[in-house]
Amino acid sequence: MNENYMFSLMAVILLFLLAVLGVDGFGLYSFFGIFVPYLSFAVFVGFFLYRVIGWARSPVPFRIPTTCGQGKSLPWIKHAPIDNPSTTGGVVVRMLLEIVLFRSLFRNVKLQFRERGAKIFYDWELWLWIAALAFHWAFFAVVVRHLRFFTEPTPGFVKFFEYMDSFFRVEILTDVVQIGLPAMFISGFVLLVAVVYLLLRRMFIPKVKYISLSSDYFPLFLIIAIAVSGILMRYVSKVDIVSVKAFTLSLVKLSPALPEGVGTIFYVHLFLVCVLLVYFPFSKLMHMGGVFMSPTRNLANNTRMKRHVNPWNYPVDVHTYEEYEEEFRDKMIEAGLPVEKGE
Amino acid sequence: MSDLPKPDEFLDTIDHKPPPKGWMDTPTQIKPGMYCYASNPKSVEYVGLPNARQWNPLDDDWGLPENWRQILHEGFKERLDRFRSIKVFMDICVRCGACADKCHFFIGTGDPKNMPVLRAELLRSVYRNDFTTVGKIFGRLNGSRKMTLDVLKEWWYYLFQCTECRRCSVFCPYGIDTAEITIMGRELLNLLGLNIDWIATPVANCYRTGNHLGIQPHAYKDMLDFFVDDIEEVTGVRVEPSFNKKGADVLFITPSGDVFADPGTYTAMGYLILFHYLKDMGLDITWSTYASEGGNFGFFTSHEMMKRLNSKMYAEAKRLGVKWILGGECGHMWRVIHQYMDTMNGPADFMETPVSPITGTRFENAASTKMVHIAEFLADLIKHGKLNLDPSRNDHLKVTYHDSCNPARGMGLLDEPRYVIQNVCNHFYEMPPNTIREQTFCCGSGSGLNAGEDMELRMAGGLPRANAVKYVHEKHGVNMLSCVCAIDRAVLPALMEYWVPEVDVTGLCELVANALIIPGEKKKTTDLRGEDLPGMEDEDV
Ligand code: SF4
Ligand code: SF4
Repeated sequence: MNENYMFSLMAVILLFLLAVLGVDGFGLYSFFGIFVPYLSFAVFVGFFLYRVIGWARSPVPFRIPTTCGQGKSLPWIKHAPIDNPSTTGGVVVRMLLEIVLFRSLFRNVKLQFRERGAKIFYDWELWLWIAALAFHWAFFAVVVRHLRFFTEPTPGFVKFFEYMDSFFRVEILTDVVQIGLPAMFISGFVLLVAVVYLLLRRMFIPKVKYISLSSDYFPLFLIIAIAVSGILMRYVSKVDIVSVKAFTLSLVKLSPALPEGVGTIFYVHLFLVCVLLVYFPFSKLMHMGGVFMSPTRNLANNTRMKRHVNPWNYPVDVHTYEEYEEEFRDKMIEAGLPVEKGE
Repeated sequence: MSDLPKPDEFLDTIDHKPPPKGWMDTPTQIKPGMYCYASNPKSVEYVGLPNARQWNPLDDDWGLPENWRQILHEGFKERLDRFRSIKVFMDICVRCGACADKCHFFIGTGDPKNMPVLRAELLRSVYRNDFTTVGKIFGRLNGSRKMTLDVLKEWWYYLFQCTECRRCSVFCPYGIDTAEITIMGRELLNLLGLNIDWIATPVANCYRTGNHLGIQPHAYKDMLDFFVDDIEEVTGVRVEPSFNKKGADVLFITPSGDVFADPGTYTAMGYLILFHYLKDMGLDITWSTYASEGGNFGFFTSHEMMKRLNSKMYAEAKRLGVKWILGGECGHMWRVIHQYMDTMNGPADFMETPVSPITGTRFENAASTKMVHIAEFLADLIKHGKLNLDPSRNDHLKVTYHDSCNPARGMGLLDEPRYVIQNVCNHFYEMPPNTIREQTFCCGSGSGLNAGEDMELRMAGGLPRANAVKYVHEKHGVNMLSCVCAIDRAVLPALMEYWVPEVDVTGLCELVANALIIPGEKKKTTDLRGEDLPGMEDEDV
């Protein structure tokens, strides 16, 4: 038993109960359906920007890219233009690979002591990369898919994403039933599997467990809860999508009208998403913004070619040559070293 | 090294499984062999750094100023406002653990606080408490804790168990550079006078005499003159270095370690021989006794101290009126030059874009900073066929190459030295790919940790490097570990002696000088070390 993940698990269960109780017990529909979503959206946007601006306000005094390949030097020496970019173009590609494909995580290796440490191996270890990539991409796909609820008409790219995402369609189209089973979206399931892997990894790999805080487990449990409630809603309780969309559109149009007969599970799902939105800007989830601002990745390695300016560079005390010669002049003369002020 | 356990026993003590108790509840024990002695107050005072006093890490009372918490808090705040790197790195680590087993100190000690992520968390936990609302509210649940004397000691112990090598940064999906965090943490510790002496005293020396070792100008010249005699003995050629020469074309700056101790001294002889060789071809180069240090232990103290020491390079270049600067083999020296110097002490508009007087190559990559790495300079010479080389003179060597952390991960100098080595040696073997180039392993003694009293730490930190050398030693019979770093040359011999005793250490320019056919040289029977050259020995008898 680990207090860190127990606490986070309890917190998510409490939040879940809170939503159920609020909606089912007290009928706080407008609170959970209107007030909380607006508030959380405002908090998310406001504080996300606040954090990013906060980072941006601290300057980058030195150009400190971590170089991961041959630098640009002599023309005939093969240069690594992406892993050690010397131009903005190279930096853009490096950042793209980092953000879209998690390039650095792809390098991951696992330490192995064999023969009691007489042989040390570093085996390529891709599970973290695979899970992280699957998780983030699935999350992204889910978010894009949900844009359908906030737009009318649904934009083409959202439809395209849905199309790509629908794994197989078990649609029963008869004269009576037009809808049948909704198309299965892989993204939701991939998201769930990946996030569960990331959680298990945190709970069972000793090193990762050792470094994990409650604030590392909490978002994982929360996202699991969101994904499960979403999947239940879509495939099991089959919430009336039409009224949900009418409701979400009414939120967008700033004339909120609560939906009819969508059931508690919808409110639970919505509430947990709101919690995630509020939690986001105050947590490590801000890596989403921060990854763009990391000076070891987003700068070209060209400091010797082009001077980088430090806005707060200030003069410092130095030991001048004159002071140096003053102290050692006699010895220098004796040794036959040239001096500025000879005899 | 007498107190060290035997290597096998050493290996048996390494356990990478973290203890059952959480890290915040595991108090830090400062262990002899794993730390460097406290700074000498005289050295701290000499450069005007605060809170100079006699103190001992093993004492309960560190003699801290009364308001030390406030000093740290304000210092932290100031740095968050000045360095985006720190601010972002404090906020965005997701504790994915990708960096955890990438640090040579974790690999060699198994101490979980040597996982880069935890090293950073030592500071981050205090950051969350002091600078974030959520951290204040949720406290430990959010991984926050208050600054206490125990926390401060923990900072000190583990910030001086990081060599600022940046290997962790290569693997981090956000590029979080624990070296940057260590640099900042050490800067904070210095506000309280908590440096180690192996850094503080070289800094004071360098400020006064121009080099870390405190070699005064006349002695510096003497030492080089000594090499001149040695060179004559081996080659029959008398080289004539110039010192502090006004109007020279090029200023040469290299770490003072190489004029001081073997095997660095052979690299220094290599420079002398090379410059002599190139003299007739048009190289007008001078050494300086004022800017007689390439390295910069100020970098391990604070950004300000780094700038103060580094200022001598440009100041001396200006005073002598040279056109550009050539830099010798050193690791952190080159990170400072490449990523900091021009920004701190530039613009160097009183010099010209470096042009090799021998090949005419313009070093556009150094157009602004005006300083060229000797490996770049050499590679260009060899490419143009300007060096008359006989690599068979290095045939008794089976060479591998250790990328120093800073040129690899703070610059990208990877192939120039390899090109040079392959042109001066016939037997070259690479270590396994996960241990070289940008993934290179630190010597384990960088960033000022190359003292004698922390030998256990050094042997632990150097284990991954040594193990990779052992691999090529067993597979290919490698007997020479080459490098382009003065600290490497000072520390790798001890590391090899402990883990792979059959392997020696050399600098790049030593290999070059041994292969170089100098006009007017006598029949060489030994290399610069006085060791018999294969196939030549008998002729001497
Ligand atoms: S790799 Fe980066 S994000 Fe992951 S734990 Fe290490 S520092 Fe944090
Ligand atoms: S910079 Fe190097 S020594 Fe420091 S934590 Fe990272 S890997 Fe370890």
